[in-house]
Amino acid sequence: MAKDSGIGASIKRREDVRFLTGAGNYTDDISIPGQLYCFFLRSTVAHGKLNGVDTAAAAKMPGVVRIFTGKDFEAVGGLPCGWLITSRDGTPMKEPKHPILASGKVRHVGDPIAAVVARSLAEARDAAEAIEVDIEELPAVIDMKAAVSGSAASVHDEAPDNICYDWGFVEENRDAVDAAIKGAHHVTTLDLTNQRLVANPMEPRVAVGDYNRASGESTLYTTSQNPHVIRLLMGAFVLGIPEHKLRVVAPDVGGGFGSKIFHYAEEAFCTFAAKAIGKPVKWTSDRSEAFLSDAQGRDHVTKIELALDQNGKFLAIRTNTLANMGAYLSTFSTSVPTWLHGTLMAGNYTTPLIYCNVKAVFTNTVPVDAYRGAGRPEATFQLERVIDKAAREMGIDPIELRRRNFVPADAFPYQTPVAVQYDVGNYQATMDKIVELADVAGFPARRAESAARGKLRGLGVNAYIEACGIAPSQLVGQLGARAGLYESATVRVNAAGGIVVMTGSHSHGQGHETTFPQVIAEMFGVSEDMVDIVHGDSARTPMGMGTYGSRSIAVGGSAMVRAAEKIISKAKKIASHLMEASAEDVEFKNGVFSVAGTDKTIDFASVALAAYVPHNYPLDQIEPGLEETAFYDPSNFTYPAGAYACEVEVDPETGVVEVKSFAAADDFGNVINPMIVEGQVHGGLAQGIGQALRENTVYGADGQLLTGSFMDYAMPRADDMPMFTVDHSCQTPCSHNPLGVKGCGEAGAIGSPPAVVNAVLDALNSGGIKVDHIDMPVSPARVWDAIQAAQH
Amino acid sequence: MYAFDYVKAGSVSDAVAALGDEAQPISGGQTLIPTLKARLAMPSKLVDLTGIAELKSISVSGGVVKIGGAVTHGAVADSADVKGAIPALASLAGHIGDPAVRHRGTIGGSVANNDPSACYPSACLGLGATIHTSGGDIAADDFFQGMFATALGEGQIVTGVSFPVPEKAAYMKFVQPASRFALVGVFVSKGAGGVRVAVTGASESGVFRWSAAEQALAGNFSASAVPSAPSSDGMIGDLHGSPEYRAHLVSVMTKRAVAAC
Repeated sequence: MAKDSGIGASIKRREDVRFLTGAGNYTDDISIPGQLYCFFLRSTVAHGKLNGVDTAAAAKMPGVVRIFTGKDFEAVGGLPCGWLITSRDGTPMKEPKHPILASGKVRHVGDPIAAVVARSLAEARDAAEAIEVDIEELPAVIDMKAAVSGSAASVHDEAPDNICYDWGFVEENRDAVDAAIKGAHHVTTLDLTNQRLVANPMEPRVAVGDYNRASGESTLYTTSQNPHVIRLLMGAFVLGIPEHKLRVVAPDVGGGFGSKIFHYAEEAFCTFAAKAIGKPVKWTSDRSEAFLSDAQGRDHVTKIELALDQNGKFLAIRTNTLANMGAYLSTFSTSVPTWLHGTLMAGNYTTPLIYCNVKAVFTNTVPVDAYRGAGRPEATFQLERVIDKAAREMGIDPIELRRRNFVPADAFPYQTPVAVQYDVGNYQATMDKIVELADVAGFPARRAESAARGKLRGLGVNAYIEACGIAPSQLVGQLGARAGLYESATVRVNAAGGIVVMTGSHSHGQGHETTFPQVIAEMFGVSEDMVDIVHGDSARTPMGMGTYGSRSIAVGGSAMVRAAEKIISKAKKIASHLMEASAEDVEFKNGVFSVAGTDKTIDFASVALAAYVPHNYPLDQIEPGLEETAFYDPSNFTYPAGAYACEVEVDPETGVVEVKSFAAADDFGNVINPMIVEGQVHGGLAQGIGQALRENTVYGADGQLLTGSFMDYAMPRADDMPMFTVDHSCQTPCSHNPLGVKGCGEAGAIGSPPAVVNAVLDALNSGGIKVDHIDMPVSPARVWDAIQAAQH
Repeated sequence: MYAFDYVKAGSVSDAVAALGDEAQPISGGQTLIPTLKARLAMPSKLVDLTGIAELKSISVSGGVVKIGGAVTHGAVADSADVKGAIPALASLAGHIGDPAVRHRGTIGGSVANNDPSACYPSACLGLGATIHTSGGDIAADDFFQGMFATALGEGQIVTGVSFPVPEKAAYMKFVQPASRFALVGVFVSKGAGGVRVAVTGASESGVFRWSAAEQALAGNFSASAVPSAPSSDGMIGDLHGSPEYRAHLVSVMTKRAVAAC
């Protein structure tokens, strides 16, 4: 029978009650008496010399309190980049300053030039229109290949060739990889683009800065996935505010998908301006502004080569990638195409030799950073696409080709040639499961049925692996991370037995307020109703690193377990005193302490009360109270993996691709709340299918964003999706964290794009239309173009 | 949005009287409101037409469906009269935008705006409708004059549209993936006035009649009679499709519309 409480129970999300009844408290819901409004005047040209900003007329407009320009921020730091990448020649990456407001030059459409603070937003906007900006336009650097050609303008003087870094991994393997490819029986080559995406969370970004003259404390309310990280970066690197004078609050947050990890100029501005003016300052992005100012995702151009022997065994992989950084380095931008990408190029396979070259490129576009999956979707897409192409070229069934190369189930822990060591996994098992779920055996009949209606049916199957639960601080430190990546939790058991968990993780859609109490309920033998989660406030929670990289349950959950274990250990001592027994003899089960071999028992609530009313209490040995904090730093990443299958129907007359079915077999290790896990996979699949078929971010040659609204940026919609079949019954629990969990937030977005594209190509090729590849989004027009090209 | 005066007109004559320098009529506002929010227009006054009772009725008589200018797409889609007389028209209205758009947007607004990707202009042209305006009646064939251009005079409003009931009709829309406006939409009808084939979304000149298809279908009203793609000259090319693709879709959607009749 299904559990109705604790680990493994599909409890409905408690946070949904307030979200669905309008009782959520989002940042824009926060208004402070006396608050002023901010409007950013943003550059309308992609690249130009900023000769002057005349605010004299605007400053006299009604309601204007103060107008800030780049000059006001010359004394403060730029927005920092959190990861140092070292180039192949040993030099550090080029790291030009990213000012809060543009200084000297504007570098992308949307680059903030001035900020008007006024009594109302309308007055701020009116005044912004009266600011006179003198910009001398420079040639826009948009296309990456052109940017590094040597003849383009320079986005930054510090990087005349527009190259931020030239990274090789694993550099020592370079010659061996070249030799293996040269001598191989077969080499499959694929040129592809992993297109740029706009994250588009439902809630646009908001920042409210407040300054308390009495205490000297600044408070920033912001739409963030990691308020402590913002406090650290903004306090230490930008504004110079010590942590005890800076509070960052991220209340209810309406989705992030990575785009709310980063520290943004608007956050620093509102904090700075609130102190400078002495009044709260609020900024709310609208959707159009979000398209021009939220960090965007992906944008890689890659050539991948896969060498195989005559039996289809993978011998070597070589990749060359241009990764777009945009105009400035966003917080974690530099890590995405490198350590979150190159390290995953082994995939689920035993390829012995791998070499990746990644050149990060500055362009006059919005900065690019982590977006759901971050580097791992790019790795998975190129690998699973080139494998599919190799299968077609060599006449091997694509499922069989993958099976021949999977890391065997008995080979774990498995050391890949790209630094990471997979602790557990069973890739044949998830492939077996997907073959069953997708009814691969019944596919020929379905294809025939489609053909009878004039449609081409295709089946795409692929595997994926990701590195989640980031990460071991010491390892990432060696790799250039400028932050630790532990997580924290305080578990407070109150006198009357109510429990509060203060976590450094942040929930912005993941359902922590439901799942974290399930773990505590399981451990303490109490009802979930007795447990509340506090998150998102640097003043109320211990220093934590926040939520991204599918790390909340694997790292944050582990910290909570460690704190809870400390509670149980102390409670046992209290119980042993109360029951006049030795602590070693006390057992704790289902919320009751008992003395082995006796009928003596005492419940958890009584022990909690004793801890706070310590009349009969061993005060000479232990302190009163029942509250513990733990910081957890994992010893390895976690490695969720799985196999996905997609069936599509292509209308050869119009190029329309319809996703007929999608099945996912994921190994997430242990699962806390299966319903929430399935929801996470559904969301990931929708985003992945959206990338595969619809979404694209297009800049004109002049740097204007041509897809700057939902009129042209094709977000996936519910009726674009089939009913998903998702399964997480293949479980190899993580070996190194206490819950045996791996994380599930990004899997769907990582594993699904190649399944969709593989399916489309299977449909076309099986219909006699020879097409090697179609870049995403595989839109009707692109499919039709490919059909025309193949037929002429 | 900039500040403006607002007048809620009670009659067509009130509305026309209120329109003057820099004033603009507003019906459902599905184009105008986003334009105002983006500060791309600065009318001195908005004259709201949605309170005018005479613009809000649907009637069927004498083989003509007459729809008032302020009737929403949702009301057309749900109208038993329209569904009974010209089901293709009700279906077209029921597939414009999403429910929120359909419950604000109006036929008069759509026709007066003449967005080159809008659905209604193809129905007007494809059925040989008459556009009623405050300045008199105009045949659809004369009304649509290119992208966002119509025969509507300065200070005039669209008060309604009369559609002759055809023998059969169908509308096939190939949606633009992002906006779900018509990348190519084809409205085909066969009736007393012969065969009409009207195409929206495809041409840089806005909605147009595909006369080669009309002639071919006049002799043989079947999908197989539809000519191959028209010339791509003058077709729209953008992120979502080349001129050649649109020209191809004109033929495909026409075939499908004929087959659906």
